Amino acid sequence: MREYWKKNQILIAVLLTIWAIVSFGFSIFGARALYSIKIGSLPMSFWWAQQGSMFVFVILIFVYARVMDKLDKKYGVEEGDE
Amino acid sequence: MSVEIWTYVLVGITFAVYLYIGYYNRVRDTRGFYVAGQGVPAIANGAATGADWMSAASFISMAGLISFMGYDGTVYLMGWTGGYVLLALLLAPYLRKFGKYTVPDFVGDRYYSSTARLVAAIAAIFVSMTYVAGQMRGVGVVFSRFLGVPITWGVVIGMCIVAFFAILGGMKGITWTQVAQYFVLISAFMIPAVALAWTLTGNPIPQLSFTFSDIVPRLNQIQVDLGFTEYTQPFSNKSMIDVFCITLALMVGTAGLPHIIVRFYTVRSVRAARYSAFWALFFITLLYTTAPALAAFARYNLINSIHGKTVTEIQELDWAVSWEETGLLGFEDKNGNGIIEMTPDTTTSEIKVDRDIIVLSTPEVAGLAPWVIALVAAGGLAAALSTAAGLLLVISSSFAHDIYTRLINPKASEAKRLLVGRFTILGGIIVAGYFGINPPGFVAEVVAFAFGFAAASFFPVILLGIFDKRTNKEGAIAGMLVGLGFTGFYIIGNRFFGMPAFFFDISAQGIGAVGMVFNLVTAFVVSRLTPPPPQEIQDMVESIRSPKGAGQATHA
Repeated sequence: MREYWKKNQILIAVLLTIWAIVSFGFSIFGARALYSIKIGSLPMSFWWAQQGSMFVFVILIFVYARVMDKLDKKYGVEEGDE
Repeated sequence: MSVEIWTYVLVGITFAVYLYIGYYNRVRDTRGFYVAGQGVPAIANGAATGADWMSAASFISMAGLISFMGYDGTVYLMGWTGGYVLLALLLAPYLRKFGKYTVPDFVGDRYYSSTARLVAAIAAIFVSMTYVAGQMRGVGVVFSRFLGVPITWGVVIGMCIVAFFAILGGMKGITWTQVAQYFVLISAFMIPAVALAWTLTGNPIPQLSFTFSDIVPRLNQIQVDLGFTEYTQPFSNKSMIDVFCITLALMVGTAGLPHIIVRFYTVRSVRAARYSAFWALFFITLLYTTAPALAAFARYNLINSIHGKTVTEIQELDWAVSWEETGLLGFEDKNGNGIIEMTPDTTTSEIKVDRDIIVLSTPEVAGLAPWVIALVAAGGLAAALSTAAGLLLVISSSFAHDIYTRLINPKASEAKRLLVGRFTILGGIIVAGYFGINPPGFVAEVVAFAFGFAAASFFPVILLGIFDKRTNKEGAIAGMLVGLGFTGFYIIGNRFFGMPAFFFDISAQGIGAVGMVFNLVTAFVVSRLTPPPPQEIQDMVESIRSPKGAGQATHA
């Protein structure tokens, strides 16, 4: 259980770091630095701010649910069939 | 058929569906009434959360706001989606394992304190009440704009519909109605957006045509020619630090809003809570990634079809004339040169645009059939009614469950508890309706307050309650008081008494992020200086960290 919780916390830390990098890093603090690079016809920071970071958010939650399924099984804390 | 008849038909059909679903899902016990019997599948709960979350403001006003804010509109886009990551990773699975009915239930039990329970219940009622007034107003506005019904009658009709399925079906009725409402609102939003993208760029997928077509570069060029900054230019309205704080405050506030958290109590298991957070954000992101595309396209289209034209040319555009009649669009040849011109200075600009027009006028601008316009009306109503229902349930459960059953009359019978729950929903609807008909002038300020409040109170206390066993009653109460005190003082001082935004120029909208940090630090430090929580509380924290046995969670 202790190990399960530790792994859960590490997973959360990794995913939230990505969350912070795309939203605060690319879209806000890096807004001016990434402005001259293009994605399609949009400035890269603008694309991250109005499209990319939201896609990443969805993926992060999916990855968390998936990896936790595996962790639950591995440490025998999964729920019974309901 | 005319637009008006189509609107009556579509609004009539959708309302009949909501009423039928509400009747079909009527409930007989408090578990069904407050948490839908904890039997909602993950994907259905995701759609219901989407409808619950996306209000009249998200549906009607957000794209318009972004179209006027350009880059800085990201505060709403990221702020109102990023919180779901926090919710999914940090709160939802554990609160589902905890398995009671409300957010104050968790705060009260985890911090073994009736005071904490009461404070949380009052905060939940306050936050939800400020929000619901705006939804009722939204219902009235849609009725009056599309059907010519007076706002008051529009609000009354909306109240009756919500009352029917919320009182009869409680959370179960609300959930399944919200699922239907999600599909109405998302098709009403997507169909016009897809059509506009297709007309302007030849690519029907708004997200792709936004990124790859030349509309945005052209819009940038037009803006520069007219004397504005580029549309994609960051921080043209707000400073970088303010954009950061507002985004963070909205994210954390989202994760702390009781009517969203409580949706995750309704699923079958901890696993379902994780997946339903994924579905919720997936369904929300569909609209939230389309909105910025719509914002840019509509702005481009609007400037292009009006700026530099003569008055007679504009009067040949049917949609321009019909929206001028509503007062949402205005053009006046102020300098008398016969040509309508747009400038950054509002006193000399000859075009006046209300932000709500961006979504509402899209079907006409894109030349779509009347039934699409009617669908937008039905979508706006779906967005407003679904959010109102979710909020009313929180108001009811906070009062009937947390205050009445837990604090005033713990011996109340099941039947009596259910009856009190139904009556408080009715009471909530009447109060919300009153504020919908007579809106207080400070609604916009109050919404900023709701997010700041949720960010500075619920989020840190729930987070520490799960991840830090050492956080005790003293720490939690001190943290909430400091967070709420600071945030409340700053917002009220700044918005109502002209106090300068002294804290690094952060606006009232963003200050909740700072309040949250103060709450976290205070709770952490005070907990270390006072005795640890009792052993049984520490055992409870241990048990909510493991998904095992969520199905058998007890219900007090």
